[in-house]
Amino acid sequence: MAHRWGMVVDLDKCTGCEACVTACHAENNIPTAGATEAARGRAMHWLRVERYWEGDFPDVKVKFKPVMCQHCDNAPCEAVCPTYASHQTDEGLNAQVYNRCIGTRYCANACSYNVRFFNFFNPQWEKPLQLQLNPDVSVREVGVMEKCTFCVQRIKSGKTAAKADDRAVTEADVQPACAQACPAGAIIFGDLNDHESRVARLTHSPRGTKLLEDLGTEPKVTYLQRQSWNEPDTQ
Amino acid sequence: MNRTRNNPLADDLVRPLLHTSVWFYGGVLVLASIVACGAAAWAYQLWYGMGVAGVNWPVFWGFYETNFVFWIGISHAGTLISAILRLVNARWRRPVTRCAEVITAFALMIGAIFPIIHLGKPWLFFWVAPYPSSRELWPNFRSPLVWDFFAINTYLIGSLLFLLLPMIPDFALIRDRTTGRRQRIYGALALGWQGTTTQWHRLEAAMQIMAVAIIPVAVSVHTIVSFDFSMAHVPMWHSTIFGPYFVAGAIFSGIAALIIAMAALRRMLKLHAYLHPLHFDNLSKLLLLMSLLWGYFVFSERLTVWYGNVPSEMAVFWATQRGAFAPFYWTMVVCNFVIPVSILSFRRLRTIPIVVMVSCGVVVGMWLERFLIIVPGLSTKQLPYSWGTYAPRPAEVIIMVATFAAMALLYMLFSKFVPIISIWEMKVGNQPHPAVPVDDDEEAQGLWRARP
Repeated sequence: MAHRWGMVVDLDKCTGCEACVTACHAENNIPTAGATEAARGRAMHWLRVERYWEGDFPDVKVKFKPVMCQHCDNAPCEAVCPTYASHQTDEGLNAQVYNRCIGTRYCANACSYNVRFFNFFNPQWEKPLQLQLNPDVSVREVGVMEKCTFCVQRIKSGKTAAKADDRAVTEADVQPACAQACPAGAIIFGDLNDHESRVARLTHSPRGTKLLEDLGTEPKVTYLQRQSWNEPDTQ
Repeated sequence: MNRTRNNPLADDLVRPLLHTSVWFYGGVLVLASIVACGAAAWAYQLWYGMGVAGVNWPVFWGFYETNFVFWIGISHAGTLISAILRLVNARWRRPVTRCAEVITAFALMIGAIFPIIHLGKPWLFFWVAPYPSSRELWPNFRSPLVWDFFAINTYLIGSLLFLLLPMIPDFALIRDRTTGRRQRIYGALALGWQGTTTQWHRLEAAMQIMAVAIIPVAVSVHTIVSFDFSMAHVPMWHSTIFGPYFVAGAIFSGIAALIIAMAALRRMLKLHAYLHPLHFDNLSKLLLLMSLLWGYFVFSERLTVWYGNVPSEMAVFWATQRGAFAPFYWTMVVCNFVIPVSILSFRRLRTIPIVVMVSCGVVVGMWLERFLIIVPGLSTKQLPYSWGTYAPRPAEVIIMVATFAAMALLYMLFSKFVPIISIWEMKVGNQPHPAVPVDDDEEAQGLWRARP
């Protein structure tokens, strides 16, 4: 059976340390915009940790939510792209083909999660930082959209390695950078079609919700969180 | 009916083509330099990247898309109004039709540039066209941007035909009244027009077909432009009312633009004998009607959103109603509804200067309307963490100003090379004072008698 890649983020484990964000930047050659441009809203984070507060100081409850491309089954970004730069692969990845992209930015508007980013300028790295670029990931030029790929380069090499050893692809073969870097083990990635995998089991957890589920985008990322009805009624 | 070559009608209307004042050259120079500044701003953006514009994450569309919708809206003045007036055989339309149709042609050309300017890679804009390419890909026909491509091109070609067809007899008339190079050029443009009965029949039939065909095209164009927004579930974009709302707004802004253009022509080309206060009065009645219709649409849209009380939509609703965008919103309401309704309802106030000022307000208000549809929705989407804002940067503002100059420049040049009022149609109408009723039969026969 074909693979169907999916992710689970356990918000009860997430500490908001942003190791995943750093790992994502390093793995995927995401340029840093600099202070001036970042203030203009040109910062790119394929993965971001959203912070929400509940209550007033000092009785504050902070919630962290790592948000990346949700790789929707019914992705709003795909329908609106005039050139098929944004499209669904056979393995359920919401792929972005940089060379097809003409930069209408319509996909970014259509995306309710705001996880698509535009190259407003050509990316630059101060020397010698260009030496740390990941050779497995293309550097995107000015005028194209980019976004989380579920580390498609790692999925490809993992599949190749498994095929060379003549064995099935395991969860360890396809770890995206964020999942690998997460010290709390809050990010779990794998094949949703492999019913034995952790990700497939956790997707159906009673703690699971999807982000903006009511929009009908059918995301392949599930967020695990203690639901309010599980909490003892203390008040 | 004056059949001689030296009839005053043709003299008046051909005069601007043969005699050029120094003011004209000055005006062209000023406008052309503003357009050149716009071209330089675009070159600057091409060189450094889209980042020189104010668009950002999460407001990926800003001034360029506002101007796109605005100019496509302005284009609804001409062809649509002219086609409707032709079909209902409104006699007063004769001096109005051509200057209206020209607005359509130029506003469409200007509007259609913006989707190219706003691209990250404008040099690849033709990838939305279906053609057998090395990429072995069709465009994505599910994308409203591809619908735009077809709709705008259809409308542009249709409008150009609709504009050019009735120009043929006038080209022939200029050919017969000029010598030398002018005669050769206008002779070629006249396509061998001799004014035979068969030719008149064919022209009339073609005009009828075009007038009927262009109306659904015009309505569909702005509906499809509205689909760019309503197909995406961005808060307050995803609305079923957008199709008719956009079409109504387009006709509204178009009439305002037409009134301004006609007043400018009347003054600059001294066409007081042809563009009467009655024309402005009739058009301002239409403007009043569209203002009421526009107000109705805005009220319906706002009421249903408020009543529905969806949190993500309410964020946008309050941002426009009393938040950061409120000054623009209430300016829009005043310009588009309060002023037109309270002034144009009174016959005494429908004088040319007042009507022109009201029209200027409507153009400003309709521009703000397009801005307020596009930007607040994007800046407050569903996830509050990703809320943002937008402010234009110099490149966007310069390019926008340049397109207004481009419109004026194209209009000036056009009126220099083509009679801005259709001479033969004026002759057909026997050049009556528009207030004096003309017998319909006589008018119909006039078509044949008017042949030179």
